[in-house]
Amino acid sequence: MQTSLSTPPWRYRRQLRGAAFPLTLLLLWWAAYATGWTESPLLVPPQKVVETFWRLAAGGELWHALGASLLRDLAGLAIGSMAGVAAGIVLGLSRWSRLLVGPTLHTVKQISLFAWIPLIMVWFGLGETSKIVFVSLAVFFPLLLNTFEGVGSVAPEFVEVARVFAFTRRQLIVRVVIPAALPSIFTGFQLALIYSWLATLGAEYMLTSGPGIGNLLTDGRENFWMDQVLLGVVIVGVIGFIFSALAGLLARRLLRWRGPQANRS
Amino acid sequence: MAHAATLQIQQLSKQFDVGGTRLPVLENINLDVRPGEFVSIVGASGCGKSTLLRLVIGLDTGYDGAILLDGKRIAGTGLERGIVFQEHRLLPWLTVRENIALGLVNAGVSEREQREAIREHIVLVQLEGFEDAYPYQLSGGMSQRVAIARALVNRPEVLLLDEPLGALDALTRAHLQQELQRIWLREGITMILVTHDVEEAVFLGDRVVVMQPRPGRIKEILDVPLAHPRERGSAEFAAVKDAVLHSLLGEEARQAA
Repeated sequence: MQTSLSTPPWRYRRQLRGAAFPLTLLLLWWAAYATGWTESPLLVPPQKVVETFWRLAAGGELWHALGASLLRDLAGLAIGSMAGVAAGIVLGLSRWSRLLVGPTLHTVKQISLFAWIPLIMVWFGLGETSKIVFVSLAVFFPLLLNTFEGVGSVAPEFVEVARVFAFTRRQLIVRVVIPAALPSIFTGFQLALIYSWLATLGAEYMLTSGPGIGNLLTDGRENFWMDQVLLGVVIVGVIGFIFSALAGLLARRLLRWRGPQANRS
Repeated sequence: MAHAATLQIQQLSKQFDVGGTRLPVLENINLDVRPGEFVSIVGASGCGKSTLLRLVIGLDTGYDGAILLDGKRIAGTGLERGIVFQEHRLLPWLTVRENIALGLVNAGVSEREQREAIREHIVLVQLEGFEDAYPYQLSGGMSQRVAIARALVNRPEVLLLDEPLGALDALTRAHLQQELQRIWLREGITMILVTHDVEEAVFLGDRVVVMQPRPGRIKEILDVPLAHPRERGSAEFAAVKDAVLHSLLGEEARQAA
């Protein structure tokens, strides 16, 4: 039975409510330019940003920059994730390593990521390698720590079930410990996803060689091309949003055994 | 029908180290369980009945005395001994079918035999249709039935049950007691049930072992000479139940004094 609340546009009232505030801001922005509220070159109309988008997209520079940034991000994500999860499993399984290495890990993670840059520059130079190492590091820590926690806190009741069924140590790890740790590992991965994008941009600001969205923003700033700067900001935000959405989708698929309550986010 | 084993517990004693002092938990337990027999163990909290079960299943070690299965000393855990815990302990990331399959991981049987055994046991616990459900989708009673199927799928020689129905509501409990009896009559394996519910002990057991605490000892072993299927309402049933309660409560009254 169709009620009045299920016919559009009311079916999308939640999304409309959410969009109301940003749309109002957009309107105010446009109005500020149109009414000549200020002469400052720092205020560019929304139309100009859209124009710049089309110009850069058509010319190919936008995709080139975006592609370069994403490549760095995904490379760092892949390397950092694999290293972090592997190290987390190895360290988390051994009681001794938990006692010995744990405190060091918790301390090292406090060191601001950006403090590593000079060290990375000295060891890996000023090019692509350094940027990817930086992103990998940003990804490595959350995954290491979350995997470490997850592996170390598997319910002993489940371990007893494995013992009753005469599981070998390998079977215990593969069939019980890792699946039990997966929710923790996944939380780490979601953090890593956010950090990887931040780190990619950070690396591009500090090691400015090569193309990328960060460079698009830096160029815009140096030349006072506010439209380009704002475009860069929007793109960064959109990519970040897409990453989060993808992570959420992956979580719902991998962790569907937790039931609807646990996955509601 | 699976092979049913003889279980012999001889002069079993165990102590726990609590803050430097040795606390006796079990003292001189002697029990002979015949093949295919159903033995119920009742006792107040702290009488060591769960510890006894954990020693037989091999999860706890370090005891004096002997536990013999078909004449051989047990060593750690083994597939010939199964257990159903009070919590169902189903792995939440596995479906019903996959959980039951855990019992066959090290059984060394072919894929086809595995599938057949799993199907048989799903039918045995009457959960057809739920093979691909996840534990979060099951009720407490259903989860416990999956746990029972999982414990039986590899045809152990003795099944231990550690207060398996304690976490369930009264209606489900009564229903599952009947299920357990049906399954036992069908499979014929040796079963040892630990419970604090006297009626459950008398309904299911051929013999009822009454334990007393501090330290855990066997007070007496009562026979339940009633035919199957058991009738909870009959006078004979009530008489046996009374005898067990008397044995139990007599102890409690003395403890209170």
